[in-house]
Amino acid sequence: MNAIDIEKLTKEYRSGFWGKRVRVLSQLDLTVCQGEIFGYLGPNGAGKTTTLKLLIGLVRPTSGEARVLGQPLGDVRTKQRIGFLPEQPYFYEYLTGRELLNFYGQLVGLPQPDRKERIEKLARQLRIETRLDLPLRKYSKGMLQRLGLAQALINDPELLLFDEPMSGLDPVGRREVRDLLLGLKEKGKTVFFSSHVIPDVEMLCDRVGILVSGRLVAQGPLDEILGAQVAPIEITVSHVPSEVSQELEHLLLTRPASKGERLILTVKDEDALAELLARLGEAKGTVHSVIPQRESLEEYFLRHVQPRESP
Amino acid sequence: MRIAAIALNTFMEAVRDRILYAILVFALVMLAGSTVLVTVSVGGEEKIIKDMGLACISIFGSLIAIFLGIGLVSKEIEKRTVYTVLSKPIHRYQFALGKYLGLVLTLLVNVSVMALGLIGLSYFWEGFASPRLLLAVLFIFLELMLVTALALLFSTFSSPTLSAIFTLCLFVAGHLSADLRLFAARFGGGLVGTAAEGLYFLLPNLSRLDFKEQAVYGAAVDPGALALSFLYAVFYISALVLTAMAIFQRRDFR
Repeated sequence: MNAIDIEKLTKEYRSGFWGKRVRVLSQLDLTVCQGEIFGYLGPNGAGKTTTLKLLIGLVRPTSGEARVLGQPLGDVRTKQRIGFLPEQPYFYEYLTGRELLNFYGQLVGLPQPDRKERIEKLARQLRIETRLDLPLRKYSKGMLQRLGLAQALINDPELLLFDEPMSGLDPVGRREVRDLLLGLKEKGKTVFFSSHVIPDVEMLCDRVGILVSGRLVAQGPLDEILGAQVAPIEITVSHVPSEVSQELEHLLLTRPASKGERLILTVKDEDALAELLARLGEAKGTVHSVIPQRESLEEYFLRHVQPRESP
Repeated sequence: MRIAAIALNTFMEAVRDRILYAILVFALVMLAGSTVLVTVSVGGEEKIIKDMGLACISIFGSLIAIFLGIGLVSKEIEKRTVYTVLSKPIHRYQFALGKYLGLVLTLLVNVSVMALGLIGLSYFWEGFASPRLLLAVLFIFLELMLVTALALLFSTFSSPTLSAIFTLCLFVAGHLSADLRLFAARFGGGLVGTAAEGLYFLLPNLSRLDFKEQAVYGAAVDPGALALSFLYAVFYISALVLTAMAIFQRRDFR
């Protein structure tokens, strides 16, 4: 069973005085496997938040269907197994962090002793234990985000739906959230999160989906989406005798570029790389780095987003 | 347990809101102020106190019911707090009902405080507190529950400002609906008459829930009319809350 199965899901909102229909999501087909981290990428206004709201039952689909953890959309009992973090979460400002988490603990039906224990554990894990008794109006944006993650995890859910989980966080916070997501995956949880920050997705996700203007333009493992074309490899070396470098030229894709004492060599594939490295070893040259030059998600993203955004 | 959690959270919001205390303190000051009127009047002191006291409870209670009621659901949607709450295993109707019960609890506490003040004053001037006074307070409370249900209903589909206008209109109309019937009778049937008659049955008849006169002047209370008024309130409130729950169950949270 997949964690999420979406079939031809379409959402239209009525807006304005005459109730004009605006389509925000169009014929979406998407699958999220159990135990994976799935990154949902797209520019602002692409329909990422609408997809998440459909999955958690805050809005109803215009047409199409989806199953979450094997159950149809809007099934209340399934929510016991889901954790949801909205974009820029807002909470009751008159409560303290502890009171808020206690409230959510009651909503998921945790009995009192477990609730207390769970709140302490999550507060430690998300490093908000010192702020837990402050009213929320005194929380910083980053602290609210952490509290949002804590409330999403209060019921120890199998599936996590996070809308922009890294927004509002400083670099340390981003790193912590990345580690948190990887930790959740290790425990066998499924994470579905939206983001427009490409490096986060690139670093974390098993598979990604790319949404542009309400339509899915790509879905699959990152390597598959990006690695369709030949991936050259770049090697930085020094102390290579000139006769050796001439001898190696037939392996190179482009002319060697020099950067101070160092030479930058580009080969077309791994076989060429092996031969080059063997020859350099014999000649006692120094290898500084070997970097595969695959197209970054950012380049891919720009290539697909821009033509659609600017007619 | 989930409905109770929502209700207690709503109560907590009111308890931590300064406006509520301002209203309550003002009401108690007004109540105490009625004793000033007593000193300048000749005879009928306890009537003035009861009259003023019951009016205070009714007016300030209505203020709380309308102004907290209109924000009950719409504020949660506007501030997006509803997203995380509804992502938990809770039905939407449970949420709407919990919000309603939370405000009813808030009103119960407020009305109790004001009623205790009034009973204390009445005891001081008369030497005893008439049970009719409590009866009048009970029906004021029922009226407040009805007004809260109206505010809740409007707040499930419109903005706080519109909800306030709608609720205030119906509140006023509800007190005047007996006149509507007179109006209908004058037309004696016909289109306008039938429309006025229909409106009379549709609008909440708040004057039915008014037992202040009996409490102040000690007039006899007809048990049949009392029971009928009570049933009327219960029925009307249930219909409003159920409709609010049904609307809330269907709407999208963009």
